[in-house]
Amino acid sequence: MSNIKQEIQKRILVLDGAMGTMLQRYNFSEADYRGDRFKAYPTSLKGNNDLLSLTQPQAIAEVHRKYYEAGADIVETNTFSATTIGMADYNMENLVYELNFESAKIARQVADEFTKVNPSKPRFVAGSIGPTNRTASLSPDVNRPEYRAITFEELRVAYKQQVEALIDGGVDVLLVETIFDTLNAKAALFAIDEVNVGRKMNIPIMVSGTITDASGRTLSGQTVEAFLNSITHIPLLSVGFNCALGADQLQPYLQRLAHETNVFTSAHPNAGLPNAFGEYEQTAKHMQKLIENYLKNDLVNIIGGCCGTTPEHIKAIAEVAAKYKPRQTSVQTETF
Amino acid sequence: MKKHRYLRLSGLEPLVVTPESNFINVGERTNVTGSRKFLRLIKDGKFDEALNVARDQVEGGAQILDVNMDEGMLDGKYAMITFLNLIASEPDIAKIPIMIDSSKWEIIEAGLQVVQGKSVVNSISLKEGETEFVRQATLVKRYGAAVIIMAFDEVGQADTYERRIEICKRSYDILIHQVGFPAEDIIFDPNIFPVATGMDEHRLNALDFFQATKWIRENLPHANVSGGVSNVSFSFRGNTVVREAINSAFLYHAIQHGMTMGIVNPTLLEVYDNIPKTLLKRVEDVLFNKREDATERLLDFAETVKDDKKADVAKVLEWRSYPLQERITHSLVKGIDTFIIDDIEQARQESEKPIQVIEGHLMIGMNVVGDLFGSGKMFLPQVVKSARVMKKAVAYLQPFIEAEKDGKQEFAGRVLMATVKGDVHDIGKNIVSVVLGCNNYEIIDLGVMVSPEKIIETAIAENVDIIGLSGLITPSLDEMVYVSKELQKRNITIPLLIGGATTSRAHSAVKIAPNYSHTTVHVNDASRAVTVVGNLLQQDNKVYKKQIREEYDKFREQFLKRGKQKDYITIEEARKRKFQIDWNTTEIIKPKQLGVQVINHFDIAKLEPFIDWSPFFRSWDLHGKFPNILTDELVGEQAAELFADAQALLKRVFNEKLLKAKAVFGLFPANAVNDDDIEVDNKHQSDVFTFLTLRQQLEKRPGVPNMALADFIAPKDSGKQDYMGCFCVCAGFGTAELAKQFEEENDDYNAIMIKALADRLAEAFAEYLHKEIRTNFWGYADQETLSNEELIKEAYHGIRPAPGYPACPDHLEKRTIWKLLKVQETIGVELTDSLAMWPAASVSGYYFGNKNAKYFGLGKITPDQLKDYAKRRGISNEEAEKWLRPSMAD
Repeated sequence: MSNIKQEIQKRILVLDGAMGTMLQRYNFSEADYRGDRFKAYPTSLKGNNDLLSLTQPQAIAEVHRKYYEAGADIVETNTFSATTIGMADYNMENLVYELNFESAKIARQVADEFTKVNPSKPRFVAGSIGPTNRTASLSPDVNRPEYRAITFEELRVAYKQQVEALIDGGVDVLLVETIFDTLNAKAALFAIDEVNVGRKMNIPIMVSGTITDASGRTLSGQTVEAFLNSITHIPLLSVGFNCALGADQLQPYLQRLAHETNVFTSAHPNAGLPNAFGEYEQTAKHMQKLIENYLKNDLVNIIGGCCGTTPEHIKAIAEVAAKYKPRQTSVQTETF
Repeated sequence: MKKHRYLRLSGLEPLVVTPESNFINVGERTNVTGSRKFLRLIKDGKFDEALNVARDQVEGGAQILDVNMDEGMLDGKYAMITFLNLIASEPDIAKIPIMIDSSKWEIIEAGLQVVQGKSVVNSISLKEGETEFVRQATLVKRYGAAVIIMAFDEVGQADTYERRIEICKRSYDILIHQVGFPAEDIIFDPNIFPVATGMDEHRLNALDFFQATKWIRENLPHANVSGGVSNVSFSFRGNTVVREAINSAFLYHAIQHGMTMGIVNPTLLEVYDNIPKTLLKRVEDVLFNKREDATERLLDFAETVKDDKKADVAKVLEWRSYPLQERITHSLVKGIDTFIIDDIEQARQESEKPIQVIEGHLMIGMNVVGDLFGSGKMFLPQVVKSARVMKKAVAYLQPFIEAEKDGKQEFAGRVLMATVKGDVHDIGKNIVSVVLGCNNYEIIDLGVMVSPEKIIETAIAENVDIIGLSGLITPSLDEMVYVSKELQKRNITIPLLIGGATTSRAHSAVKIAPNYSHTTVHVNDASRAVTVVGNLLQQDNKVYKKQIREEYDKFREQFLKRGKQKDYITIEEARKRKFQIDWNTTEIIKPKQLGVQVINHFDIAKLEPFIDWSPFFRSWDLHGKFPNILTDELVGEQAAELFADAQALLKRVFNEKLLKAKAVFGLFPANAVNDDDIEVDNKHQSDVFTFLTLRQQLEKRPGVPNMALADFIAPKDSGKQDYMGCFCVCAGFGTAELAKQFEEENDDYNAIMIKALADRLAEAFAEYLHKEIRTNFWGYADQETLSNEELIKEAYHGIRPAPGYPACPDHLEKRTIWKLLKVQETIGVELTDSLAMWPAASVSGYYFGNKNAKYFGLGKITPDQLKDYAKRRGISNEEAEKWLRPSMAD
């Protein structure tokens, strides 16, 4: 198996685009979400996209395939919310291992198909680890600022289960993404480090934070530099930003990040900002132009798309990424 | 690009320790072992006050905050978690990194689990052996913190140079080679012990520390050195002068030897260069063990220095020793009213006439305020506080001035201010009044709902220099047009200022200025009001007036000339393109409780979590999103102060039940009829009620619907029974009385504040009630769990659009709601002529529960819909146009 650590030295790697935007096109009904297996499940399941890896696996594989066809080097597993915390909404906590394992397997299989056809462009699978819907360093109750809806320990246990299953399913790299509360991410990194040490392995880790608005801070209030200082205690393959903003709004923060770190950098911005109806309107061409600015400024090693991006966007991004050299960093030293 | 291996820490903001960094100062007052006051606060559970201790440390310049809860009587773990969690919600404190300080590992670990930034663990050591040391260090690394290593091993604490370097070297090697700990994240504490204790074995305490520090910095790459400085002067407790000298001399030399950070009590520190030479010589003799009798000589000297009373209080009140004028200016600029009466009394006695105190002392101070405000160095809430001090001073002087009779205050001009007829909103108007008042303009404030006749009569009778009109709701725009026409008819020449949320330069230039042949100026914020009024009232103002006139004429021409950028479709066509819901499959949920319900007794404190604070700051001209605005570079400090004042008043409102909130709402069977109308069936009233909705007419991309609110309700011919609701909430009962009371106390700041808060509470009440409707009374979303942020972002199903707002700009709909719910009869909220609600802190609207329902903006409509609407409403076209004019396409 080819090594992502080698590939990233050679070229700019392209990450896939949005899974949710693509799944919307299928217009799955409640019955489709349920499939045969969950026909009589007591909870409403529509909207549980991660579940589709079990009930509509061919659709998930098809989305992965479209992104690889578009030129992606890495696709993300369909596991953004697949922790016991995320699945609690659907009373599906006991399915977490299976969801992650099967999602990883689907992506692995498609990746291997593509690598087989063109071994000179090996394809990779990133295990997507979302932020969960709880914040460990913010209180949801303004009357009780000392209160927390989730603890570090609860997060660590949940993330560890997800990480074990993703690795068992065959992912090449773990992607801790859409981080709006750094403490959540630290719990994920803690869990990954435990698994790495326990299995005597060294799976590469990508970390991607989210700058929520023009204040230039994460939701939990950190600046770009503070965020970086808080998560680089574990050796990382890459650090970057995704979601919330379009490529143009994200650029200044990416610039600061790239300036501050020796680690490889990544970005997967949204297709612009949503309009009044929550739709993303930025065209592939337009996004390509904005991404080219990143490349001209030597800002990224990994580039992809988040909300609202489609295979057309990724194709446009891959085209332009091929024309540029990856961002240069000083040589990475392994501390393991 | 990052190349250097520096210690990099973070709170909300980064802290990087580089060779160029000055000494990193660690705040030490939030330590129960070091501060009796802090211990008492934590013991008594007064975490709020304990937070103030932390805030003082940050404001005092601490770059890292040491938190220690090691006390026998405390549940240290609980106290650590609670306090660190509280700090996390205070951005002004959380911006700096935390030092988690405990001798108990379980407390350290509890702290590490609640801090998002990169903190410092203080401390671990080889005291309990290598295995435990490695275990703890591995965890510290995994949690992502830097660590302080005490020079301590299985044998004991290092107290000589050799033992210090031996233990530090051993610790370093284990950390680097066994644990893989980043060297730059290691900080050594080689033990600072007291000097001049009289014991021989302590003679080298300082010198050994200096030399060990130097050795560490030279031999253990990238590691830093820290220490608790105050300990060094421990034997001189009670002798502040000597203590301060020892501390600062020790610190100076420790830094020279390579100490990078430490715990220093800044109030126990003299500036090194300010230490008297004789004292410094004796201190340094002790530190470097230069003489056999060094300790004796320092002790002798110490006897001669009696403690000067250097109390903190004295320092804080240093400004009280300034000359009189500076004290008055200080009070005004800082908004402090504690001493103003004393100072004014002194000024009065020193002046020939009391009026001179206003014209002299106070105006000099207020000019400073004005300059600072004008140059953006002061913000609106501060200025309003300054005004409060000014008013108190003037109120004090008033009886003296009247007794003199001949003295009358000279104002720079006289300004009439009024919220126009039909409108009750006056927060912005009051702010402008206060700011102008600060700038020595006499304000004649006619209040709210002022008729054109009264405005004109007063303007003439009082011979005012400026007329200011304010309004918030859209019908007020027309009212302002009417006032301008009346002014023209009466041949008045007084400049007209226009302000308020819905007003705009475009409206002023296009609709108002042409009616009035004298000056009309649109003023969008309080700071600009001062400049504009100043310019209008200067001796030679012809040029300025002409400029304004030309500017507005040009603006109007361009505005009217601008190409027709937008295409509209006919109302028939728009109806064909309505928003489609498949009524055969969509889920319609019948409300659990149909009919009208009234809430007359409501615990207003329940609303606090539902408050959306961002608009509150906007009303004070502070722009930004809450809570980020509290840490904003430019306005953060002011925003935080304003927020604290708001919280204080809010607490009073809750505790003393100063405001009353009431609500009425109803849920009814309903169906859409004739495309755009909704028939509501209220079983208890014989009338059929019909809501009229307006439809978007802007031409859109193919497939994008032209929406009307009626599209969210099943049409009658679908055969499905649908439902909708409507409501009115008010949190403003008592606001006017309170505001008046504050005004009488010359406290405009709180008078404005209470209104702004009441508005927020009304919005919060609407949000709260909507949630109750969704999860309870209607019950279509009884599983819903949303955070306050999500509520503000409207991340729920169903909408509650309000008449007068973008989805239904038609204020007349309020009359239907009032009749249907009997709003006035049940809860006492009234509608004015312009259909503003009174009390002003009210919100009314509809409820739509279909999950496809969403907010939209109507945009502009064309005359065909207007005619159709007039017919449906049963009013003349002219009447309809009067109400819908702001929505008509040009």
